Amino acid sequence: MSRILMKGNEAVIHGALTGGATHFFGYPITPASEIAQAAAKYFTASGRTFLQAESEIAAINMIYGASSAGARTMTATSGPGLSLMAEGLSYLAGAELPAVVVDVQRAGPGLGNIWPEQSDYNATVKGGGHGNYSNIVFAPNSAQEMCDMTRKAFSLTDTYRMTAIILSDAYIGQMMEPVDIPETVISGERKEWAVYGDAKSRGNLITSILMKPLEMSNHNEHLQHKYRQLEEDCVEYEEYGTEDADIVMTAFGICSRLCHTVTMIMRKEGYKVGFFRPKTLFPFPGKAIKRLAEMNKTLAVVELNTGMMADDVELSVHGCSEILRYNWLGGIVPTVKELAERVAADLKKSGKSRKGGNV
Amino acid sequence: MIKHQKPAAFYDTFERKEPEAVSTHYCPGCGHGTVHKLIAEAVDDLGIKDRVIFHSPVGCSVFAYYYFDTGNIQCSHGRAPAVATGVRRVHKDAIVISYQGDGDLAGIGTSEIIHAANRGENITVFFVNNAIYGMTGGQMAPTTLQGQKTLTTPTGRDAGRDGLPIGMAEIINAVSSPVYIERVTLSSAKGVLKTRKAVRKGLKYQVEGRGFSFIEILSPCPVNWKMTPVESRQWMSDKLEPVFPVTCFRDAGSTGNPIDSRLDVHKAIASEEIPFMNDKELITLLNGDSPIPNIEILQLEEDQLVKIAGFGGQGVLSCGTLLAKCGIAEGIHASWLPSYGPEMRGGKAYASVILSNDEIGSPVIDDPNVLLAMNGPSLDAFENDVVPGGLIVVNSSIITRKVFRDDVAVLYIPATDIAAGEDLVAAANVILLTVYLRYKRVMPIETLKKIIPVSVNRKEFVAANLRIVDKALEYYETISQL
Repeated sequence: MSRILMKGNEAVIHGALTGGATHFFGYPITPASEIAQAAAKYFTASGRTFLQAESEIAAINMIYGASSAGARTMTATSGPGLSLMAEGLSYLAGAELPAVVVDVQRAGPGLGNIWPEQSDYNATVKGGGHGNYSNIVFAPNSAQEMCDMTRKAFSLTDTYRMTAIILSDAYIGQMMEPVDIPETVISGERKEWAVYGDAKSRGNLITSILMKPLEMSNHNEHLQHKYRQLEEDCVEYEEYGTEDADIVMTAFGICSRLCHTVTMIMRKEGYKVGFFRPKTLFPFPGKAIKRLAEMNKTLAVVELNTGMMADDVELSVHGCSEILRYNWLGGIVPTVKELAERVAADLKKSGKSRKGGNV
Repeated sequence: MIKHQKPAAFYDTFERKEPEAVSTHYCPGCGHGTVHKLIAEAVDDLGIKDRVIFHSPVGCSVFAYYYFDTGNIQCSHGRAPAVATGVRRVHKDAIVISYQGDGDLAGIGTSEIIHAANRGENITVFFVNNAIYGMTGGQMAPTTLQGQKTLTTPTGRDAGRDGLPIGMAEIINAVSSPVYIERVTLSSAKGVLKTRKAVRKGLKYQVEGRGFSFIEILSPCPVNWKMTPVESRQWMSDKLEPVFPVTCFRDAGSTGNPIDSRLDVHKAIASEEIPFMNDKELITLLNGDSPIPNIEILQLEEDQLVKIAGFGGQGVLSCGTLLAKCGIAEGIHASWLPSYGPEMRGGKAYASVILSNDEIGSPVIDDPNVLLAMNGPSLDAFENDVVPGGLIVVNSSIITRKVFRDDVAVLYIPATDIAAGEDLVAAANVILLTVYLRYKRVMPIETLKKIIPVSVNRKEFVAANLRIVDKALEYYETISQL
């Protein structure tokens, strides 16, 4: 195994290929373009397929086709492209097709700018397109996780026949870090429901249309059952220092990296600060968060959006605990100092400002 | 001759419609049934039933999968050519059929059809043009005729408002890649026979691997046209066909056709196919040919928060990766965050590199303890951010002013001049990096020398870069003795 310095965006492709991906369809967009570029290089060189689509609409529909045909397939985009893919994501969910979509978030709405925001939270975690559906959503916070989560996503998406979204951001995508390249390839297997253009699969139909209300209702129930199962089986999170903490900084993606640093610094200074990071946003680690709330921890939810995950945190704790919302927009990322001062001030305000925590 | 028994490519009963169903969902006099039958017969005759993957659109033919005993994919509105592309790229031997109506193909899906055609996808597209939206109950289509009344053009299509009917076969004919483009009509028995031929040809060409075929079929919609089936066929020949000329636009299969050369292009593409790597080959590919050597486990005295800034083209980003790779080789943690996007194209570039004994939290550097300033604007931008006691290394070849701060260490290095002396101006970045590593004794310079060969992209510049490191050290010795 070797460690290679690479961008999170490039690491995605290393994870994808070792996760068995064979078909990449994409359209360039800053700050996600390096993913398509790395795919063009490595998918092509390894005899897999890279194709630049004429639009994100075409890309997501090529995925719909390749996935229908049984392939492990993916695309990568950023906000404006994700909006164009919304219809396709809904069709993928309706037809229960596996797919992996990477969203390297930039600031919005509209063309916005190319600096990091986390404002596609609702558009991914809550579905994105029309109808009752969910996607599996991973929230990597390092180049290594861009690789590992993408790799893992391919197996999960096949198992659950759902789209898995890697919800990254401009910093996690653009940042270079050492990445351990996985040593094995997890290839996909023949799917009994897919169309292969052969006698065995001739009777198969890929569709999302169910004209009879009862059938559509049953299909929806089936999807919801699958999502509830996912909540039992696949929640991932990490926490640090939460046991003795008065305040728990809760964040995903780039914000979780900032919170990690703030937690370390403040604990050295004696503040009882903890850290909680959902690694999956759907399924959401609501039970783990509720447990923290029941221990009377204040939860400071740090996000580069208007508080989208904080809404889910509120739903999880049912008013059990105080929720603070620290939000930055437009591509502004707070400094570590700024964040630490905010935490200290809020600790003081809540009368919980006890020092003496262990590092 | 048209056969009268049900083709084998149709199901015996249409169970997906309802149990025991034998009739279709199409209206009396509709052309879809005819086109379906012609396709099914051709599939039978070509013996390709098992290989067919049929793409049904959104529109009246949304339920084509009720009838075709083949692999079936129901697509979103207008996107069937993109879906078919995805399927085509997975299964080289499948027979891929995209069946679309005028709203689907000529309205919402113009982008997908043109680009699938332009890629020369080896698929067959059947475009059923009945000049109206049927499934939604009779609204204007892009192919609706001037003056034609529909639910959304109650006083008739008005060219001044709605434009004129769009000729898709003509548009596809403006694209070079397709091998076969023909418009046919169901207005008469003769037309149906010609359609039968065209359907076969379009499928046969795909079986032969020739490329993209586009068959536009003028088709009646008596119910939405508010005509009898007989009237509607008359209307087609009187009104529709003059606007949409029934003709073969291109046929690469016919002798002497200039488009024949295109077949060679397709063959050339096919022959360049790269073999599918096995797992071992793939892992080797991903690991690359320049692994970072493991040198030693270094403990830093303090975290290095290094900002490297300059013009685009001064090697700011690559200088950062060089430093980060040195850190990785030493077994410490490293992160590299660039400026990117239009900012870079504007000529301002900077990289933030962190080296740390511990796992790195935030990769963002607000207050660097090292600034390598390659040009004046960078020094102006970041001088005040450097922590007291930090280090600023100034490229004094380009930056003429002195550092204002008196609470930081400053080294003035004429890096661009030294690099120019070695005919490698682009390596001024390496000079600043060398001097910084030497001054702060972050790691042995030997580490840098071991990393340069695996980090410099153009191997012919490795030796010059290594020479530059020595020049930088020589210069550093002269100033450190002052």
